[in-house]
Amino acid sequence: MTPPSSGRVIAPEQAPPDSAPGSRPEDDLRVVGTPFRRVDGWAKVTGQTRFADDITFPRTVHMRLVRSTLPHALIQSIDTSKAEAMPGVVGVLTGKDMPEPFGILPVSQDEHALCLEKVRFVGDPVVAVAALTEDQAADACSAVKIEYEPLTTIASVDEALETPEPLIHDYGDEGNLHKKISLQFGAVEDGFAEADEIFEDVMFYEGNTHLPMEQHAAVAVPEGGGRITLYSSTQTPHYVHKVLAKVLEMPASRVRVIACSVGGGFGGKSDIFNHEIAAAKMALVTGRPVKVCLNREEVFYCHRGRHPVLMHLRTGFTKDGAMVAQHLKTALDGGAYGSYGVASTYYTGALQTVTYGLPRYRFDSIRAFTNKPPCGPKRGHATVQPRFALEVHLDKAAERLGIDPADLRLNNLLPPDSITANYLKVGSIGLGACIRAVVDGSGWRDRFQALPHGRGLGLACGSYLTGAGLPIHWNHLPQSAVQLKLDRTGTVAAYCGEAEIGQGSDSVLAACVAEVLGIGLDDVLLCVGDTGLTPVDLGSYSSRVTLMVGRAAIQAAERARDRLAEAVAEKLDVPAGRLVFAEGRVFDSASPDDGLPFAQAVQRAEEKFGALATTGSYAPPRAPGRYRGSGVGPSPTYSYSACVMEVEVDPVTGLYRVEHVWIAHDIGRAINPVLTMGQVEGGVYMGLGEAMMEEQVFRRLPKSRSNALVHKVPSILEYKSPTFHEMPPVTTYLIEDPDPEGPFGAKEVGQGPLLPVIPALANAVFDAVGVRIDQVPIGPHMIRKALEDKAAGGEGRYGPKTFPDVDFGVPLMVPTPDEGGDGRATNTEEAGVRKGSGTMTDGVGKDSKP
Amino acid sequence: MDGYRTATLRVNGQDVHVVFPTHHTLLEVLREECGLTGTKHGCELGECGTCTVLVDGEPVLSCLALAVEMEGHSIETVEGLQDGNELHPLQAAFADLGAAQCGYCTPGMLMTAKALLEENDDPSADEIRTALAGNLCRCTGYHKIVQAVEWAAGVARGDAGAGPAREALFGSSVPGEGS
Repeated sequence: MTPPSSGRVIAPEQAPPDSAPGSRPEDDLRVVGTPFRRVDGWAKVTGQTRFADDITFPRTVHMRLVRSTLPHALIQSIDTSKAEAMPGVVGVLTGKDMPEPFGILPVSQDEHALCLEKVRFVGDPVVAVAALTEDQAADACSAVKIEYEPLTTIASVDEALETPEPLIHDYGDEGNLHKKISLQFGAVEDGFAEADEIFEDVMFYEGNTHLPMEQHAAVAVPEGGGRITLYSSTQTPHYVHKVLAKVLEMPASRVRVIACSVGGGFGGKSDIFNHEIAAAKMALVTGRPVKVCLNREEVFYCHRGRHPVLMHLRTGFTKDGAMVAQHLKTALDGGAYGSYGVASTYYTGALQTVTYGLPRYRFDSIRAFTNKPPCGPKRGHATVQPRFALEVHLDKAAERLGIDPADLRLNNLLPPDSITANYLKVGSIGLGACIRAVVDGSGWRDRFQALPHGRGLGLACGSYLTGAGLPIHWNHLPQSAVQLKLDRTGTVAAYCGEAEIGQGSDSVLAACVAEVLGIGLDDVLLCVGDTGLTPVDLGSYSSRVTLMVGRAAIQAAERARDRLAEAVAEKLDVPAGRLVFAEGRVFDSASPDDGLPFAQAVQRAEEKFGALATTGSYAPPRAPGRYRGSGVGPSPTYSYSACVMEVEVDPVTGLYRVEHVWIAHDIGRAINPVLTMGQVEGGVYMGLGEAMMEEQVFRRLPKSRSNALVHKVPSILEYKSPTFHEMPPVTTYLIEDPDPEGPFGAKEVGQGPLLPVIPALANAVFDAVGVRIDQVPIGPHMIRKALEDKAAGGEGRYGPKTFPDVDFGVPLMVPTPDEGGDGRATNTEEAGVRKGSGTMTDGVGKDSKP
Repeated sequence: MDGYRTATLRVNGQDVHVVFPTHHTLLEVLREECGLTGTKHGCELGECGTCTVLVDGEPVLSCLALAVEMEGHSIETVEGLQDGNELHPLQAAFADLGAAQCGYCTPGMLMTAKALLEENDDPSADEIRTALAGNLCRCTGYHKIVQAVEWAAGVARGDAGAGPAREALFGSSVPGEGS
């Protein structure tokens, strides 16, 4: 049971019996499945971990940014002369110094490192100043004079629809709509015609932000040989690398990006940020290392968080509760730039089909530009909002149809190995086991609809990708790669571009290598997240790292094992197939005393083959969809989660308290159970924050004071997030049924467990006091208003009433697999899908550069 | 030097002589003049608890304390927690349980928890939550932190049976699946 060598196992005496998850005798796993101290744990508790702001080089200067004070304005003039003359100032940059546009998606190259001609939100960076000290840089920023000509500002999707001009951007699908989508899978209207009941809901999900504890920071270092190195708190060093080369107009081979340990990402550090590019440019201009660390207010401006989304959901059911057709409309408030927004827009519709059978489906969506910090990906990337809508919608349907909400879901589970109406290929599905676990664990069958008034249970489910099936810049290259170097000491160095953001990716990499080679975790030396030294991994987003890095690591380690086995087999004169790699030795399974310590095995192999290094890589299988937009949603495998929440609501004040959360997650296999538990609990926590209190909202200053749209709350104190006191007890069930695509059967856990938490709260509130809150965060005042509404004879509901009247035109028609479809659209021209640019399939269909 | 001060600060049991701008906080002086970057910053406004250090044994937000006021006081940071190369029981438990995920709030959590354990060697889970409620963590959902403090308190008391529950490591037994 105890792994070999020095990898510290936690409380090994508490390891599970052999029948329990993680120690299946047939698997004979020694590292995987056993709780172990994360490989970076020692550094994190001693203060030794180097986050970006902890790094300093000789001659470092400090940079600050001057940010726009207006939400939408033309820049008339910038006067930096006073700032340049200030003590200590060594460099000043404006937009003209970096005119090349950039953006994370090839289809949304709409940002500039510093604004060129106009500013689009309060906080948009305009000038960068570097000085010997941070104080001097800040003082000099105050001396910069910028004159603006204000433009009409747009605060919401409704305002964007009403205000096609002035354009926030000179691209997009229509006026100030960045993106407009209409997709139809199958004969949806026929489906509605067959329905016994049709239910409709309008729901709203307020925007919120990641609030990582670490403020973004970066250090740019000019190197000899015309090179530049950027250390940054980033989840995606590979994409930062690409953008730096583009904007700095340097060969990518001269740019190196090193992802530091990230102090919390949650999606918020997966874009490329102005300050990263400006620091690099400043380093090139001044010839000195340049450090920039954002303050907390600036972190709120960087944002890229959860989109506010208004949703209209219409579903036809049979009287048995089966869904026969669904039409989902979503409207995203995108903020001032594209960011991941085109992908986000598709994601609000993509995963509606992977949990329950849905034979016909239509999805319409718009994303509007508004003069607010840009929205982007946050944990569960834009699938969280429609999941909230769907799971509350199902709860209402169950009530109206007189079916238990758990049974409604269990009866309609998507079968394993399905191709959905929108052509997602789904493999293993642990959702049924998840639902049964939380139903049994919570006493649902006895307690739902049976608790005293004010106390309630709510159930909801969710699903998430285990890695996006396609890379952002579409190509046929591996999406993850690992190189191993074996040396004579028995140390195995693993090189990989993955970025450790706290989720434990370093530990997954080390565990996969150690497991295959039968060595200890501490025998694996890691070099990660360095575009100069490590092979490309696309980064820590879309819950892709465990699966993709794990698969690449296993392949590299198996290749190394084969080499060692060949050499050792020769030495011991036994067939290679009989050799076992375990406990730091390579030995004959028929005669376990005959063997070599791992280091000697490496030496034998080095004698035979020369220096030893192996590689492994991974690319996901090709998805069956061939229509425009089918690039968003595919994944090698999907994780599933189910949640039951118990809540106590004061029927007078609407104040409520979450008393208990039961959550089950379909993990496939837990590589390290204790870190898996941490991801589940962290996901529940973050979901509760969104459900209960977190909101990134804005207000207008009075006309006399610029009428600007400013953050209501750009501070941690005012941006309410749960503390120790708001976190309820959580009972977690890890459902382990190894998935053939996953490394040792593992699926994702970083994002999925968040999804069911939010609708579970809304459903629990209904069970407690009989009112429907159709938006989040759920404030006590909403419950109170709904109760008052109910008392006055109303429907007892709080939430949005209408969805804007948008002409979505002719949808792109894609016959479903059941209808004999082949994954292609049948009316590409009629639907007005443009060729060449502006749509997501271009983003996932070819690189931005021809 | 106008606007600068010299001071001798007692940090982790050693006197450190520093020169710093008079308005700089203890946080800035620790990180920038003492080279002790283990103490982190999350807001520099006293809102998140990330920068917590101990001053004369009490948790203090170093972003709100002026360094000039710290002469004559004893300051402890995360770098002073270890005994030689041995981890403090809090450090070991945080590392083992994944109570440090990204690890950014961890130094502040550790120092606040140390002050608690010095006052109360057997705190209840509620007492731990109350003591740490001023420290925000976005990764863990807090449970692993509470469990780590309980474990460390047991270890510090010499309780041989101290350790996390099986459910904390593996999750609860799935109903209907035995064990």
